[in-house]
Amino acid sequence: MDAIVIILALFLLIGVIFNGLGVLGLLRFPDLYTRMHAATKATTFGSVFTSLAVVVFGLWSYFRTVDGQFLTLAIHAFIATLALAITNAVSSHALARAGHKMGIKPMPAVCDKLEEFSP
Amino acid sequence: MSGVWISLDVWFPVVGIFLVFIALCTVRLFRGPTPADRAVAVDTVNTLTVAIMVLLGVAYQQIIFVDVAIVYAVLSFVSTLYIAKYLGGEM
Repeated sequence: MDAIVIILALFLLIGVIFNGLGVLGLLRFPDLYTRMHAATKATTFGSVFTSLAVVVFGLWSYFRTVDGQFLTLAIHAFIATLALAITNAVSSHALARAGHKMGIKPMPAVCDKLEEFSP
Repeated sequence: MSGVWISLDVWFPVVGIFLVFIALCTVRLFRGPTPADRAVAVDTVNTLTVAIMVLLGVAYQQIIFVDVAIVYAVLSFVSTLYIAKYLGGEM
């Protein structure tokens, strides 16, 4: 009982800290690409950890009381984690590509090496 | 149904903190100088919403919320891709 509370609190604390750092970076960084760097990577990591806390809780409850709904909870939370991890990476890539095609430069930019490869 | 569930009281404070984070993302959503900044803010809000839905599924002991979170993640991914295509001038 106590060990599972400590593990869940650790996972949730890691998730809250990384989500907070991501939102802080989204608010404070100077241009689009650094904001995207903070917001997508840190919030993906944090949300994966809070969902993994739910997976651990479901597995622990399943092994405590052999009840099928907890296994359903753990598997569905793991699928949600997987969907989150895959879709966030792809959508942030697409947004960065859209930002470059809009002509947004990084803040202290002196040259754009990507421009040579995309006519 | 709630006989086998152990309530741990660690889920609701995390949900409250995530709601504060969503409110902070809304600041960037209104202040963002370019439309791509606003799209990044919406993407962050979607990620936090999926995390909140997974946590609320445990907190309210309703597993159907987690399925809603999966569908919301996939649909927000498609909408973000369409917004990126529109912003890049490819539509």
